Amino acid sequence: MIMKRLLFPIALIVILVGVQLVCRWTGTLYYLTQMTMSAYYSLVVIGLCVVMGYAGQISLGHAGFFAIGGYLAAALTTRNLLAFQNTFLVKALGSAGLLASGQDIYGANTLVVTPWAACISAVVIAALIAFLIGIPVLKLKGHYLAMATLGFGIIIYRLVLASTYFGGADGISGVSSFQLLPGLTVSGESSARVQNYYIAWGLVCTGMFLLGNLINSRVGRALRAIHGSEKAAESIGVDIARYKLYSFVLSAVFAAVAGVFLTHYNGSIGPSEASVMKSIRYVAIVAVGGMSHLWGALFMSVILNFLSLRGVFGTYDDAVFGAILILIMLFAPEGILKINLGAKFRAVFSRREE
Amino acid sequence: MTFELFIQYLFAGITYGSIYAIVAIGFNIIYNTTGIINFAQGEFVMLGGMISISFLAFMPLPLAILLAVIITMVAGALIEIIFIRWLEAPSVLRMIIITIGISILIREAALFIWGESVRSLPYFIGNEITTIGIFGARISPQVLWVIGSCCVMVLILNLFFRTTSVGREMRACAANRKAAILCGINTRNMVTLSFVLSAGMGAIAGCMMSPITYSQYDIGTGLAIKGFTVAILGGLGNSGGAVAAGLLLGLIEAFSVSVVPLAFQDAISISILLLILFVRPHGLFGSKEAAGLKAF
Repeated sequence: MIMKRLLFPIALIVILVGVQLVCRWTGTLYYLTQMTMSAYYSLVVIGLCVVMGYAGQISLGHAGFFAIGGYLAAALTTRNLLAFQNTFLVKALGSAGLLASGQDIYGANTLVVTPWAACISAVVIAALIAFLIGIPVLKLKGHYLAMATLGFGIIIYRLVLASTYFGGADGISGVSSFQLLPGLTVSGESSARVQNYYIAWGLVCTGMFLLGNLINSRVGRALRAIHGSEKAAESIGVDIARYKLYSFVLSAVFAAVAGVFLTHYNGSIGPSEASVMKSIRYVAIVAVGGMSHLWGALFMSVILNFLSLRGVFGTYDDAVFGAILILIMLFAPEGILKINLGAKFRAVFSRREE
Repeated sequence: MTFELFIQYLFAGITYGSIYAIVAIGFNIIYNTTGIINFAQGEFVMLGGMISISFLAFMPLPLAILLAVIITMVAGALIEIIFIRWLEAPSVLRMIIITIGISILIREAALFIWGESVRSLPYFIGNEITTIGIFGARISPQVLWVIGSCCVMVLILNLFFRTTSVGREMRACAANRKAAILCGINTRNMVTLSFVLSAGMGAIAGCMMSPITYSQYDIGTGLAIKGFTVAILGGLGNSGGAVAAGLLLGLIEAFSVSVVPLAFQDAISISILLLILFVRPHGLFGSKEAAGLKAF
C-alpha cells in the first residue's frame, strides 16, 4: 500500500531529474524554459482538478484568479510609489521593511513593494476574492454555475483591459526577478534556467503532496460525497457549502501562486492570461486528465502545455484545445487514460434507442 | 439630458435589446426541448453576418441573406446530429463542455476563413448617414429594420408554436419528453429542429445588426453571455419574458454609457447577470416553484 502511494511521486521525481539531465547532455536546455512554464500552468490545473473532479463544481473563471495573482504581483513590484512617499500608508509599509528602493532603466529613483510582500498580498487578495465570490456562486448548479464563473472571468478580463493601472492591452512588463532565498531567484535569465526548473517543479511537487493528502483525508471524502450527490452528502452531515467553498478558495490560491511566479519568471503579464480561452484551456486539461484524477491532470497538463508553448499547434492552438474538449467529452468523459476503445466503438455504431 | 438625447439613447437601447432578446429566445428554444444551454448560440449570429457578407460579392443582398440563413440552419442541424443526437442521457457538465468546445471550433474556423478583419453588410436602405427624424432624434433606418425584423420573428415563432402541428409537437416535447415519445412524437427530430430554428433566428439577427454593429469572428461569446443574461432575467425557457428582459438590458446598457466609460459596459451587464443569478435565479418574471422543478 505504501509502495503504491509512493509510486507516482517517485516516478515524477525520477522523470523530472531525468528530463533535466537528458536536456543537459543533449544540449537542449532551452526545453527547460517551456517545462518551467508548463509547471506553473500545471499548478492551476491541479487546483482546478480538486474543484471540478472531486467537488464536482465547474469553474470557467480560473484564469481570473491566475490573473489576479500575476497582475497584483506585477503592479505592486513595478508601480513607482515615490510620488506617494509622504502618505501614511506608504510610510507605514516602508517602516515595516516591505518597500524596496532602486533605479529604473532610465536612472530615475523608484520605490516599489518588495516581491515577497507583493506575492503574499496578491495571494491573500485572490483568496479573499475567491471567498467572497464563492459564497454566492457555489450555491448555483449546472448551467448557472458555469455562466456565473464565466461571467466572473470576463469581468476580470474587462477590468484588466480597461484600467491604465494594469497597463490596458499592453499588460505590465519589466517585472523584476523574485529572490525567494539568498541564491534562489525566480527569473527568466538563461543562467538561472536549471534553478528555475527545479523551483517551479518543487512548487508543483509540494502542491501535489498537499492535494494528494487532502483528497485522501476526511475533507477529500466529503468532497467526493458532494460530487456523487449533494443531497445524500448533506443528509449524512457533510457541510456541503463549506467544503465547496474551501476547495474553491484553495484552487484560487494555487492559481494565484502560479500567476505570481510565472509573472516574475516571464518578467511580464498581458491581458491574454485573463482571457476566457485560458480558463477554458484549464478546464480542457482537467477533462482530458480524467476529471477526478490528479496525476492524470498533471500528466496531460505537462504534455499539452509543453506542446502548446513550443508552438507545435501553430495558429490552430485554440482550435486544438476546442477539439480536445469535444472529443474527450464525446468519447471519453472519464478521461483519456481510462478510455475503453472497444466499448466506445460498439456504443457509437449501435442503434439503441433511449 | 435633453429630450432628443433621451430618445436617441432609447432607440439605441431598443436596438441592442431586440438583438439580445433574439439570442435569448434562441437559448430558450433549445433549452426547452433538450434542457441544454447551447453555449455556441452567439456563434450562429456571427455566422449569419459573416456568410451573408461573403455572398454579397456574388448576388443581391436579399438573396445573400437568405442563403446565409439557410447555411447557418444547416450548420445548426449538423452540429446537433454530429455532436449531440447520439449521446445517451449526457450529464449537464458534459453538455456545457461540449457546446463550449463547439463554439471554440466555429470561432476558430471563422478566424481561419475570414481572418481578424471587421466587416459589415451595407445599410439596407440608404447609407451610413441616412437618417429619419423621430421626435427630434436622428435614427438610422437600419435601426428600424432590426427592431421590425425582431418583432416579426417573435410573432411568427409564436404563431408557429401555437398553431402548426410541428410547433405543438415541439411544445409537447418541451413539456414532458417521455410523454411526447409515448404519443408517437419523434423527440430526436424535434431537438434537431430546435437547433435549426435557433440557428436560423440567430443568423437573421446577425444579418440585420451587421451594418450597425459590424461582424467579426469573435463577437459570439459576448452576445452569448448577454443573451444568457437576458434569458435568465426573463426566466429560462420563457420567450415572452426574454423580449421584455432583452429590452430592459439594452436600455440599461444604453443609458449606462452616459454614466460610466464605454470600456466598462460589458462588466456592467455581466455584473447584472451575477446579481440576478445570486438574488433571483428564476428570473424577474418566472415563478420560483416552476424553476425548482427544472434541472439546471
